[in-house]
Amino acid sequence: MKTVKHKILVLSGKGGVGKSTFSAHLAHGLAEDENTQVALLDIDICGPSIPKIMGLEGEQVHQSGSGWSPVFLEDNLGVMSVGFLLSSPDDAVIWRGPKKNGMIKQFLRDVDWGEVDYLIEVSLQDVRKEINFCHKVKLPIIGVVENMSGFTCPKCQKESQIFLPTTGGAEVMCQDLKVPLLGKVPLDPRIGKSCDKGESFFAEAPDSPATLAYRSIIQRIQESCSLRQPKGENLVGS
Amino acid sequence: PGNLAGVRHIILVLSGKGGVGKSTISTELALALRHAGKKVGILDVDLCGPSIPRMLRVQGKAVHQCDSGWVPVFVDQEQSISLMSVGFLLEKPDEAVVWRGPKKNGNDRPGDSTVSLLASPAALLHMAVVDALRPYSPLGALVVTTPQAVSVGDVRRELTFCKKVGLRVIGVVENMSGFVCPHCAECTNIFSRGGGEELARHAGVPFL
Repeated sequence: MKTVKHKILVLSGKGGVGKSTFSAHLAHGLAEDENTQVALLDIDICGPSIPKIMGLEGEQVHQSGSGWSPVFLEDNLGVMSVGFLLSSPDDAVIWRGPKKNGMIKQFLRDVDWGEVDYLIEVSLQDVRKEINFCHKVKLPIIGVVENMSGFTCPKCQKESQIFLPTTGGAEVMCQDLKVPLLGKVPLDPRIGKSCDKGESFFAEAPDSPATLAYRSIIQRIQESCSLRQPKGENLVGS
Repeated sequence: PGNLAGVRHIILVLSGKGGVGKSTISTELALALRHAGKKVGILDVDLCGPSIPRMLRVQGKAVHQCDSGWVPVFVDQEQSISLMSVGFLLEKPDEAVVWRGPKKNGNDRPGDSTVSLLASPAALLHMAVVDALRPYSPLGALVVTTPQAVSVGDVRRELTFCKKVGLRVIGVVENMSGFVCPHCAECTNIFSRGGGEELARHAGVPFL
């Protein structure tokens, strides 16, 4: 961990809002600059989606003298996930409490990342999930991303709100809790398809409003990181 | 014996993937069963995001214990749907829930109901819940997924879990299967297609 400049935690209090999808694309976006070293850590013990989304399903991890070696998608983008330890896609991971915690600690402690500019950690949902929690333990909050925010019909181009922001969505929440809203990413069917294929959505649909939203959000994250000392938390909310 | 003795059928709603719609489907299923004249109990053991109280418009209701255990909240005047949710135990909507291992085996019992639906948390494989319910012979598990491969990838592990612990799978439900544009009626598969059916076939369980 000493060799990591900026650690970004991607959190949410709700399952299925897009933490993995967002984290993967944050990693892709940051790693587009060859001079930036990016690490993506997936500690979702029970539902490790990151290998699939990054197109690394079936890859094996190895232990060296200095710890677990991450799987490198690019020279400057390394990925680590418990998913790499499962031998078959049907394998169920049934961990009881202490074993689970021990596994997480081992992952965090023993991965040999090398020199990293950004470490993106896809957090477990059930622990540090709330903005209030972050405030309580003094974790700085980079901001909130509202995912699945609106859908433009490919046929008639009209917009619909599928997941209605009946209580004002992230915008109101951010105002209430005084945290920055980094941006809103709309639904695009190509996002799911890219994740299923293990490819970057940015390459698949460079002109999509979702891509533009991502780029703007990533830029704000980079700016936020450069303004502060290492260790910031990024909340993903929907 | 015990509070589940009056419950005729127990259904577990599982997934293995967060956000696929377990709470939504459980709620809709409860409403549909009520419409068919059944008495339904819902046990929302989603320890980390108990959504069902809000869906049935009973968020914020107080619950109390009597001699025989927790008294569930009736969501309607006819008292055909009763709900017990860990959400009732949270005082404020912004409160975070952090449970340490042993506490998760709480005393939630749905009381006298014909059908009991449990919305089980996604990312946690709750051996404890299955073990606690085993003496009452649950009907089985309703497994929810969305169509895309990333969801299916998680849910197949849940199906393995069911097999391993001897929990019968009633079938697979594919949620969020396409979106019909309200303006032009074009159907778009936002979260891909086909995954649920394929998953059911692969696991040898009914595709509901």
